[in-house]
Amino acid sequence: MLELILFYMASTIALVSTILALTRVNAAHALVYLILSLLAVAVVFYLIGAPFAAALEVVIYAGAIMVLFVFVIMMLNLGEKGDRREKQLLKPQIWITPVILAVLLLVELVLVLSQSAPAETQGLISSKEVGMALYGPYVLAVEIASMLLMAGLVGAYHLGRRYLEEGGGS
Amino acid sequence: MSDGMVILFAFVVLVGAVGGAAVMTWWERRLLGIWQDRYGPNRLGPFGILQVAADMLKLLTKDDWVPPFADKVIFIFAPTAIVMAMMLGFAVVPFGPGLQIIDMNIGLLFFLGMTSLAVYSVLLGALASNNKYALLGGLRSAAQMVSYEVFMGLSLMGVVMLSGSFNLRVIVEAQSDGWYCFSQFLGLFVFTVAGVAESHRLPFDLPEAEHELCAGFHTEYGGMKFGMFMLGEYLGLILISSMIVTLFFGGWLGPWLPPIVWFGLKTFIVICFFVLLRAAIPRPRYDQLMSMGWKVMLPLTLVNLVLTGAIALWLTNGGAA
Repeated sequence: MLELILFYMASTIALVSTILALTRVNAAHALVYLILSLLAVAVVFYLIGAPFAAALEVVIYAGAIMVLFVFVIMMLNLGEKGDRREKQLLKPQIWITPVILAVLLLVELVLVLSQSAPAETQGLISSKEVGMALYGPYVLAVEIASMLLMAGLVGAYHLGRRYLEEGGGS
Repeated sequence: MSDGMVILFAFVVLVGAVGGAAVMTWWERRLLGIWQDRYGPNRLGPFGILQVAADMLKLLTKDDWVPPFADKVIFIFAPTAIVMAMMLGFAVVPFGPGLQIIDMNIGLLFFLGMTSLAVYSVLLGALASNNKYALLGGLRSAAQMVSYEVFMGLSLMGVVMLSGSFNLRVIVEAQSDGWYCFSQFLGLFVFTVAGVAESHRLPFDLPEAEHELCAGFHTEYGGMKFGMFMLGEYLGLILISSMIVTLFFGGWLGPWLPPIVWFGLKTFIVICFFVLLRAAIPRPRYDQLMSMGWKVMLPLTLVNLVLTGAIALWLTNGGAA
Protein backbone atom coordinates (compact mmCIF):
# COMPACT_ATOMS: atom_id res chain seq x y z
CA MET A 1 0.00 0.00 0.00
CA LEU A 2 2.76 2.41 0.97
CA GLU A 3 4.61 1.50 -2.20
CA LEU A 4 1.52 2.27 -4.27
CA ILE A 5 1.15 5.70 -2.68
CA LEU A 6 4.86 6.44 -3.24
CA PHE A 7 4.60 5.23 -6.83
CA TYR A 8 1.69 7.53 -7.66
CA MET A 9 3.34 10.42 -5.86
CA ALA A 10 6.57 9.97 -7.81
CA SER A 11 4.79 9.60 -11.13
CA THR A 12 2.65 12.68 -10.45
CA ILE A 13 5.80 14.66 -9.67
CA ALA A 14 7.40 13.35 -12.87
CA LEU A 15 4.39 14.36 -14.98
CA VAL A 16 3.90 17.78 -13.42
CA SER A 17 7.59 18.68 -13.54
CA THR A 18 7.85 17.58 -17.16
CA ILE A 19 4.92 19.79 -18.12
CA LEU A 20 6.45 22.66 -16.19
CA ALA A 21 9.81 22.03 -17.88
CA LEU A 22 8.12 22.40 -21.26
CA THR A 23 6.26 25.58 -20.45
CA ARG A 24 8.90 27.62 -18.60
CA VAL A 25 10.33 30.53 -20.58
CA ASN A 26 13.50 30.72 -18.53
CA ALA A 27 15.88 28.00 -19.68
CA ALA A 28 17.46 27.54 -16.24
CA HIS A 29 14.07 27.03 -14.58
CA ALA A 30 13.05 24.56 -17.27
CA LEU A 31 16.23 22.58 -16.61
CA VAL A 32 15.63 22.42 -12.88
CA TYR A 33 12.17 20.95 -13.55
CA LEU A 34 13.64 18.49 -16.04
CA ILE A 35 16.19 17.30 -13.46
CA LEU A 36 13.37 16.93 -10.93
CA SER A 37 11.42 14.89 -13.45
CA LEU A 38 14.40 12.58 -14.05
CA LEU A 39 14.85 12.07 -10.32
CA ALA A 40 11.16 11.24 -9.97
CA VAL A 41 11.47 8.69 -12.78
CA ALA A 42 14.43 7.18 -10.90
CA VAL A 43 12.20 6.78 -7.84
CA VAL A 44 9.56 5.11 -10.03
CA PHE A 45 12.19 2.69 -11.37
CA TYR A 46 13.28 1.88 -7.83
CA LEU A 47 9.72 1.24 -6.69
CA ILE A 48 8.88 -1.15 -9.53
CA GLY A 49 11.93 -3.26 -8.62
CA ALA A 50 14.73 -2.01 -10.86
CA PRO A 51 17.26 -0.42 -8.48
CA PHE A 52 20.09 -0.64 -11.01
CA ALA A 53 18.13 1.29 -13.64
CA ALA A 54 17.21 3.83 -10.95
CA ALA A 55 20.86 4.35 -10.00
CA LEU A 56 21.91 4.72 -13.62
CA GLU A 57 19.09 7.20 -14.19
CA VAL A 58 20.52 9.37 -11.42
CA VAL A 59 24.20 8.92 -12.29
CA ILE A 60 23.96 9.26 -16.07
CA TYR A 61 20.86 11.30 -16.89
CA ALA A 62 20.59 13.58 -13.89
CA GLY A 63 24.29 13.58 -13.05
CA ALA A 64 26.04 13.82 -16.41
CA ILE A 65 23.77 14.59 -19.34
CA MET A 66 21.87 17.36 -17.61
CA VAL A 67 25.16 18.88 -16.44
CA LEU A 68 26.08 19.21 -20.11
CA PHE A 69 22.73 20.91 -20.73
CA VAL A 70 23.48 23.40 -17.97
CA PHE A 71 26.94 23.86 -19.48
CA VAL A 72 25.43 24.79 -22.85
CA ILE A 73 22.95 27.19 -21.24
CA MET A 74 25.84 28.87 -19.45
CA MET A 75 27.87 29.08 -22.66
CA LEU A 76 25.00 30.69 -24.56
CA ASN A 77 24.06 32.88 -21.59
CA LEU A 78 20.85 34.12 -23.23
CA GLY A 79 19.37 35.97 -20.26
CA GLU A 80 16.44 38.34 -20.85
CA LYS A 81 16.69 38.17 -24.64
CA GLY A 82 16.15 34.42 -24.64
CA ASP A 83 13.18 34.73 -22.28
CA ARG A 84 11.46 37.17 -24.61
CA ARG A 85 11.99 34.96 -27.64
CA GLU A 86 10.67 31.94 -25.76
CA LYS A 87 7.56 33.89 -24.78
CA GLN A 88 6.82 34.55 -28.45
CA LEU A 89 7.28 30.88 -29.25
CA LEU A 90 4.87 29.75 -26.57
CA LYS A 91 1.70 31.31 -28.03
CA PRO A 92 -1.54 29.41 -27.31
CA GLN A 93 -2.36 28.61 -30.97
CA ILE A 94 0.96 26.78 -31.35
CA TRP A 95 -0.27 24.22 -28.84
CA ILE A 96 -3.36 23.14 -30.85
CA THR A 97 -1.79 20.56 -33.19
CA PRO A 98 0.51 18.91 -30.62
CA VAL A 99 -2.38 18.63 -28.17
CA ILE A 100 -4.61 16.89 -30.75
CA LEU A 101 -1.81 14.46 -31.63
CA ALA A 102 -1.02 13.80 -27.99
CA VAL A 103 -4.68 13.15 -27.14
CA LEU A 104 -4.89 10.63 -30.01
CA LEU A 105 -1.82 8.88 -28.66
CA LEU A 106 -3.26 8.88 -25.16
CA VAL A 107 -6.52 7.28 -26.37
CA GLU A 108 -4.51 4.65 -28.22
CA LEU A 109 -2.39 3.99 -25.13
CA VAL A 110 -5.40 3.60 -22.86
CA LEU A 111 -7.01 1.20 -25.39
CA VAL A 112 -3.88 -0.94 -25.62
CA LEU A 113 -3.39 -0.97 -21.87
CA SER A 114 -7.02 -1.89 -21.18
CA GLN A 115 -6.78 -4.91 -23.47
CA SER A 116 -3.59 -6.41 -22.07
CA ALA A 117 -3.28 -7.74 -18.54
CA PRO A 118 -1.26 -5.55 -16.17
CA ALA A 119 2.40 -6.54 -16.18
CA GLU A 120 3.56 -8.11 -12.92
CA THR A 121 6.90 -6.97 -11.55
CA GLN A 122 9.06 -10.00 -10.88
CA GLY A 123 10.67 -8.93 -7.66
CA LEU A 124 13.97 -7.08 -7.59
CA ILE A 125 16.13 -7.09 -10.69
CA SER A 126 19.74 -7.08 -9.53
CA SER A 127 22.61 -5.41 -11.36
CA LYS A 128 24.01 -8.85 -12.13
CA GLU A 129 20.88 -9.82 -14.06
CA VAL A 130 21.01 -6.57 -16.03
CA GLY A 131 24.64 -7.22 -16.96
CA MET A 132 23.95 -10.81 -17.98
CA ALA A 133 21.02 -9.72 -20.15
CA LEU A 134 23.07 -6.95 -21.77
CA TYR A 135 26.01 -9.18 -22.63
CA GLY A 136 23.89 -12.25 -23.33
CA PRO A 137 20.86 -11.90 -25.63
CA TYR A 138 21.32 -8.15 -26.20
CA VAL A 139 25.05 -8.09 -26.93
CA LEU A 140 24.42 -6.94 -30.50
CA ALA A 141 22.49 -3.89 -29.31
CA VAL A 142 25.33 -3.00 -26.92
CA GLU A 143 27.88 -3.28 -29.73
CA ILE A 144 25.78 -1.14 -32.08
CA ALA A 145 25.35 1.49 -29.37
CA SER A 146 29.10 1.57 -28.79
CA MET A 147 29.69 1.97 -32.54
CA LEU A 148 27.24 4.86 -32.61
CA LEU A 149 29.05 6.53 -29.72
CA MET A 150 32.38 6.00 -31.46
CA ALA A 151 31.02 7.65 -34.60
CA GLY A 152 29.85 10.59 -32.51
CA LEU A 153 33.27 10.86 -30.89
CA VAL A 154 35.09 10.84 -34.21
CA GLY A 155 32.68 13.45 -35.58
CA ALA A 156 33.23 15.74 -32.61
CA TYR A 157 36.98 15.29 -32.90
CA HIS A 158 36.85 16.18 -36.60
CA LEU A 159 34.89 19.39 -35.93
CA GLY A 160 37.34 20.39 -33.20
CA ARG A 161 40.31 19.67 -35.43
CA ARG A 162 39.02 21.87 -38.25
CA TYR A 163 38.55 24.68 -35.75
CA LEU A 164 42.17 24.34 -34.63
CA GLU A 165 43.52 24.22 -38.18
CA GLU A 166 41.67 27.39 -39.11
CA GLY A 167 43.65 29.15 -36.40
CA GLY A 168 41.01 29.18 -33.65
CA GLY A 169 42.14 28.53 -30.11
CA SER A 170 45.86 28.68 -29.42
CA MET B 1 18.72 -2.59 13.86
CA SER B 2 15.07 -1.74 14.55
CA ASP B 3 13.39 1.21 12.84
CA GLY B 4 13.76 3.46 15.85
CA MET B 5 17.44 2.61 16.19
CA VAL B 6 18.02 3.38 12.50
CA ILE B 7 16.44 6.81 12.84
CA LEU B 8 18.51 7.49 15.97
CA PHE B 9 21.66 6.30 14.21
CA ALA B 10 20.90 8.45 11.15
CA PHE B 11 20.53 11.43 13.48
CA VAL B 12 23.86 10.62 15.14
CA VAL B 13 25.55 10.35 11.74
CA LEU B 14 24.12 13.68 10.58
CA VAL B 15 25.18 15.49 13.75
CA GLY B 16 28.56 13.80 13.59
CA ALA B 17 29.09 14.73 9.94
CA VAL B 18 28.10 18.37 10.42
CA GLY B 19 30.14 18.61 13.61
CA GLY B 20 33.08 16.97 11.87
CA ALA B 21 32.81 19.39 8.97
CA ALA B 22 32.74 22.33 11.39
CA VAL B 23 35.80 21.10 13.29
CA MET B 24 37.52 20.43 9.94
CA THR B 25 37.47 24.16 9.11
CA TRP B 26 39.63 24.78 12.17
CA TRP B 27 41.74 21.61 11.91
CA GLU B 28 42.57 22.29 8.27
CA ARG B 29 43.78 25.81 9.00
CA ARG B 30 45.81 24.64 11.98
CA LEU B 31 47.42 21.83 10.01
CA LEU B 32 48.17 24.10 7.05
CA GLY B 33 49.66 26.59 9.45
CA ILE B 34 51.93 24.03 11.07
CA TRP B 35 53.10 22.67 7.72
CA GLN B 36 53.80 26.17 6.47
CA ASP B 37 55.74 27.07 9.63
CA ARG B 38 53.18 29.42 11.18
CA TYR B 39 50.54 29.07 13.90
CA GLY B 40 47.13 29.22 12.25
CA PRO B 41 44.11 30.11 14.42
CA ASN B 42 45.37 29.36 17.96
CA ARG B 43 43.92 32.14 20.13
CA LEU B 44 40.39 31.13 21.10
CA GLY B 45 40.08 28.30 23.62
CA PRO B 46 42.41 25.29 23.87
CA PHE B 47 44.52 25.10 20.67
CA GLY B 48 42.15 27.65 19.15
CA ILE B 49 39.30 25.20 18.71
CA LEU B 50 36.69 27.77 19.71
CA GLN B 51 37.54 29.54 16.47
CA VAL B 52 34.88 27.23 14.97
CA ALA B 53 32.22 28.76 17.21
CA ALA B 54 33.42 32.27 16.44
CA ASP B 55 33.27 31.63 12.69
CA MET B 56 29.80 30.15 12.97
CA LEU B 57 28.52 33.10 15.00
CA LYS B 58 29.93 35.44 12.40
CA LEU B 59 28.31 33.62 9.49
CA LEU B 60 24.96 33.31 11.27
CA THR B 61 24.74 36.95 12.28
CA LYS B 62 25.69 38.34 8.89
CA ASP B 63 23.06 40.10 6.80
CA ASP B 64 21.25 37.51 4.70
CA TRP B 65 21.30 39.31 1.41
CA VAL B 66 20.16 38.33 -2.08
CA PRO B 67 21.49 40.51 -4.90
CA PRO B 68 18.62 42.25 -6.76
CA PHE B 69 19.86 41.00 -10.16
CA ALA B 70 19.98 37.35 -9.05
CA ASP B 71 17.39 34.68 -9.80
CA LYS B 72 16.01 34.61 -6.27
CA VAL B 73 14.52 31.11 -5.90
CA ILE B 74 17.42 29.26 -7.52
CA PHE B 75 19.93 31.48 -5.74
CA ILE B 76 18.54 30.39 -2.36
CA PHE B 77 18.03 26.76 -3.35
CA ALA B 78 21.54 26.21 -4.76
CA PRO B 79 23.58 26.09 -1.51
CA THR B 80 21.15 23.66 0.09
CA ALA B 81 21.48 21.17 -2.78
CA ILE B 82 25.12 20.33 -2.07
CA VAL B 83 24.50 19.82 1.66
CA MET B 84 21.47 17.62 0.99
CA ALA B 85 23.26 15.49 -1.60
CA MET B 86 26.36 15.00 0.52
CA MET B 87 24.35 14.13 3.63
CA LEU B 88 22.31 11.59 1.67
CA GLY B 89 25.62 10.12 0.56
CA PHE B 90 26.42 9.28 4.19
CA ALA B 91 23.40 6.97 4.29
CA VAL B 92 25.26 4.11 2.60
CA VAL B 93 28.64 4.43 4.37
CA PRO B 94 29.31 1.33 6.50
CA PHE B 95 30.81 2.68 9.72
CA GLY B 96 31.13 -0.76 11.28
CA PRO B 97 29.52 -4.21 11.11
CA GLY B 98 25.80 -3.44 11.24
CA LEU B 99 26.48 0.25 11.70
CA GLN B 100 25.00 1.46 8.42
CA ILE B 101 21.86 3.50 7.83
CA ILE B 102 20.78 1.62 4.68
CA ASP B 103 22.41 -1.61 3.58
CA MET B 104 21.71 -1.03 -0.10
CA ASN B 105 22.59 -3.47 -2.86
CA ILE B 106 23.48 -0.56 -5.12
CA GLY B 107 25.24 1.39 -2.36
CA LEU B 108 28.23 2.31 -4.50
CA LEU B 109 26.04 3.60 -7.33
CA PHE B 110 23.97 5.54 -4.82
CA PHE B 111 27.13 7.24 -3.59
CA LEU B 112 28.18 8.09 -7.16
CA GLY B 113 24.71 9.44 -7.89
CA MET B 114 24.70 11.68 -4.85
CA THR B 115 28.14 13.13 -5.55
CA SER B 116 27.13 13.84 -9.13
CA LEU B 117 23.96 15.60 -7.96
CA ALA B 118 26.07 17.82 -5.71
CA VAL B 119 27.45 19.47 -8.86
CA TYR B 120 24.14 21.23 -9.40
CA SER B 121 24.71 23.31 -6.34
CA VAL B 122 27.74 24.94 -7.95
CA LEU B 123 26.15 25.17 -11.40
CA LEU B 124 22.81 26.61 -10.31
CA GLY B 125 24.47 28.95 -7.85
CA ALA B 126 26.70 30.26 -10.62
CA LEU B 127 23.85 30.55 -13.09
CA ALA B 128 21.51 32.28 -10.64
CA SER B 129 24.15 34.79 -9.50
CA ASN B 130 24.07 36.59 -12.84
CA ASN B 131 27.69 37.56 -12.44
CA LYS B 132 30.46 36.97 -14.95
CA TYR B 133 32.97 35.58 -12.46
CA ALA B 134 30.38 33.23 -11.07
CA LEU B 135 29.45 32.15 -14.59
CA LEU B 136 33.09 31.43 -15.49
CA GLY B 137 33.47 29.43 -12.30
CA GLY B 138 30.32 27.51 -13.09
CA LEU B 139 31.45 26.75 -16.63
CA ARG B 140 34.76 25.40 -15.37
CA SER B 141 32.99 23.40 -12.73
CA ALA B 142 30.62 21.80 -15.24
CA ALA B 143 33.44 20.74 -17.56
CA GLN B 144 35.62 19.54 -14.67
CA MET B 145 32.87 17.53 -13.02
CA VAL B 146 31.67 15.85 -16.19
CA SER B 147 35.14 14.75 -17.21
CA TYR B 148 36.32 13.65 -13.78
CA GLU B 149 33.10 11.82 -13.04
CA VAL B 150 33.70 9.51 -15.99
CA PHE B 151 36.76 7.89 -14.51
CA MET B 152 35.68 8.35 -10.93
CA GLY B 153 33.04 5.75 -11.68
CA LEU B 154 35.29 3.64 -13.91
CA SER B 155 38.13 3.55 -11.37
CA LEU B 156 35.79 1.85 -8.89
CA MET B 157 34.78 -0.89 -11.27
CA GLY B 158 37.99 -2.79 -10.47
CA VAL B 159 36.90 -2.97 -6.84
CA VAL B 160 33.43 -4.08 -7.94
CA MET B 161 34.95 -6.82 -10.12
CA LEU B 162 37.11 -8.16 -7.31
CA SER B 163 34.40 -8.10 -4.66
CA GLY B 164 31.58 -9.01 -7.04
CA SER B 165 29.12 -6.52 -5.58
CA PHE B 166 27.96 -2.90 -5.49
CA ASN B 167 27.08 -3.39 -1.85
CA LEU B 168 29.54 -1.47 0.33
CA ARG B 169 29.22 -3.88 3.26
CA VAL B 170 30.12 -6.82 1.01
CA ILE B 171 33.04 -4.84 -0.43
CA VAL B 172 34.44 -4.25 3.06
CA GLU B 173 33.95 -7.89 4.05
CA ALA B 174 35.68 -9.04 0.87
CA GLN B 175 38.78 -7.14 1.97
CA SER B 176 39.36 -9.31 5.05
CA ASP B 177 42.02 -11.21 3.08
CA GLY B 178 43.82 -8.17 1.69
CA TRP B 179 42.96 -4.50 1.25
CA TYR B 180 42.26 -3.33 -2.29
CA CYS B 181 44.79 -0.51 -1.99
CA PHE B 182 47.45 -3.04 -3.05
CA SER B 183 45.69 -4.87 -5.87
CA GLN B 184 43.86 -1.73 -7.04
CA PHE B 185 46.56 0.89 -6.54
CA LEU B 186 45.81 2.44 -9.96
CA GLY B 187 42.15 2.62 -9.04
CA LEU B 188 43.04 4.18 -5.69
CA PHE B 189 45.23 6.80 -7.36
CA VAL B 190 42.63 7.76 -9.95
CA PHE B 191 39.79 7.77 -7.41
CA THR B 192 41.76 10.00 -5.05
CA VAL B 193 42.50 12.53 -7.81
CA ALA B 194 38.91 12.41 -9.05
CA GLY B 195 37.69 12.75 -5.46
CA VAL B 196 39.67 15.95 -4.98
CA ALA B 197 38.31 17.27 -8.27
CA GLU B 198 34.78 16.24 -7.36
CA SER B 199 34.82 18.06 -4.05
CA HIS B 200 36.58 20.94 -5.88
CA ARG B 201 39.24 21.48 -3.26
CA LEU B 202 42.75 22.76 -3.80
CA PRO B 203 44.67 21.93 -6.00
CA PHE B 204 41.58 21.42 -8.18
CA ASP B 205 39.50 24.35 -6.97
CA LEU B 206 39.44 26.04 -10.38
CA PRO B 207 35.71 26.84 -10.12
CA GLU B 208 36.54 29.25 -7.31
CA ALA B 209 40.17 30.11 -8.11
CA GLU B 210 40.33 33.32 -6.12
CA HIS B 211 43.32 34.89 -7.84
CA GLU B 212 41.67 34.92 -11.25
CA LEU B 213 37.92 34.66 -10.63
CA CYS B 214 37.25 36.66 -7.41
CA ALA B 215 35.67 33.68 -5.69
CA GLY B 216 34.20 31.90 -8.69
CA PHE B 217 30.74 30.47 -8.27
CA HIS B 218 30.14 31.87 -4.80
CA THR B 219 31.21 35.44 -5.57
CA GLU B 220 27.70 36.77 -4.83
CA TYR B 221 27.12 34.63 -1.77
CA GLY B 222 27.52 35.75 1.81
CA GLY B 223 26.44 34.84 5.31
CA MET B 224 24.95 31.45 5.96
CA LYS B 225 24.34 30.76 2.25
CA PHE B 226 28.09 30.93 1.74
CA GLY B 227 28.44 28.85 4.90
CA MET B 228 26.27 26.16 3.33
CA PHE B 229 28.62 25.94 0.34
CA MET B 230 31.55 25.55 2.70
CA LEU B 231 29.67 23.01 4.83
CA GLY B 232 28.89 21.04 1.68
CA GLU B 233 32.51 21.13 0.60
CA TYR B 234 33.78 19.82 3.95
CA LEU B 235 31.02 17.21 4.08
CA GLY B 236 32.15 16.15 0.62
CA LEU B 237 35.72 15.88 1.87
CA ILE B 238 34.68 13.65 4.76
CA LEU B 239 32.42 11.57 2.51
CA ILE B 240 35.13 11.03 -0.12
CA SER B 241 37.65 10.13 2.60
CA SER B 242 35.31 7.60 4.17
CA MET B 243 34.62 6.12 0.73
CA ILE B 244 38.36 5.77 0.05
CA VAL B 245 38.69 3.97 3.39
CA THR B 246 35.68 1.76 2.67
CA LEU B 247 36.69 0.83 -0.85
CA PHE B 248 40.47 0.58 -0.62
CA PHE B 249 41.62 0.45 3.00
CA GLY B 250 39.39 -2.25 4.41
CA GLY B 251 36.74 0.00 5.99
CA TRP B 252 36.21 -0.99 9.61
CA LEU B 253 38.57 -4.01 9.44
CA GLY B 254 41.54 -4.00 11.79
CA PRO B 255 42.92 -5.87 14.82
CA TRP B 256 42.46 -5.12 18.58
CA LEU B 257 40.53 -1.84 18.43
CA PRO B 258 36.73 -1.81 17.92
CA PRO B 259 35.69 -1.49 14.23
CA ILE B 260 34.20 2.00 14.47
CA VAL B 261 37.47 3.31 15.94
CA TRP B 262 39.43 1.80 13.06
CA PHE B 263 37.05 3.40 10.59
CA GLY B 264 37.34 6.80 12.25
CA LEU B 265 41.12 6.56 12.49
CA LYS B 266 41.61 5.61 8.85
CA THR B 267 39.21 8.30 7.67
CA PHE B 268 41.02 10.88 9.77
CA ILE B 269 44.37 9.93 8.21
CA VAL B 270 42.95 10.20 4.70
CA ILE B 271 41.46 13.62 5.52
CA CYS B 272 44.87 14.79 6.76
CA PHE B 273 46.36 13.53 3.51
CA PHE B 274 43.89 15.68 1.58
CA VAL B 275 44.96 18.70 3.63
CA LEU B 276 48.58 17.85 2.87
CA LEU B 277 47.75 17.79 -0.85
CA ARG B 278 46.32 21.25 -0.47
CA ALA B 279 49.46 22.48 1.25
CA ALA B 280 51.92 20.82 -1.11
CA ILE B 281 50.60 21.09 -4.67
CA PRO B 282 49.99 24.33 -6.58
CA ARG B 283 46.84 24.79 -8.64
CA PRO B 284 47.21 23.69 -12.28
CA ARG B 285 45.98 25.78 -15.18
CA TYR B 286 42.50 24.97 -16.41
CA ASP B 287 43.58 23.42 -19.73
CA GLN B 288 46.24 21.39 -17.90
CA LEU B 289 43.57 20.03 -15.61
CA MET B 290 41.35 18.99 -18.49
CA SER B 291 44.09 17.45 -20.61
CA MET B 292 45.46 15.55 -17.61
CA GLY B 293 41.99 14.19 -17.03
CA TRP B 294 41.44 12.89 -20.52
CA LYS B 295 44.99 12.01 -21.53
CA VAL B 296 46.42 10.53 -18.32
CA MET B 297 43.62 9.56 -15.98
CA LEU B 298 41.24 7.96 -18.46
CA PRO B 299 43.86 5.68 -20.11
CA LEU B 300 45.16 4.69 -16.66
CA THR B 301 41.66 3.76 -15.58
CA LEU B 302 41.02 1.74 -18.72
CA VAL B 303 44.33 -0.13 -18.32
CA ASN B 304 43.40 -0.88 -14.72
CA LEU B 305 39.96 -2.06 -15.80
CA VAL B 306 41.26 -4.40 -18.49
CA LEU B 307 44.04 -5.82 -16.28
CA THR B 308 41.72 -6.39 -13.34
CA GLY B 309 39.15 -8.02 -15.59
CA ALA B 310 41.75 -10.32 -17.13
CA ILE B 311 43.20 -11.35 -13.77
CA ALA B 312 39.77 -11.85 -12.20
CA LEU B 313 38.75 -14.03 -15.14
CA TRP B 314 41.99 -16.02 -14.94
CA LEU B 315 41.53 -16.60 -11.20
CA THR B 316 37.89 -17.70 -11.49
CA ASN B 317 38.79 -20.13 -14.28
CA GLY B 318 41.11 -21.93 -11.89
CA GLY B 319 44.52 -20.48 -12.75
CA ALA B 320 46.38 -21.92 -15.72
CA ALA B 321 43.36 -23.69 -17.19
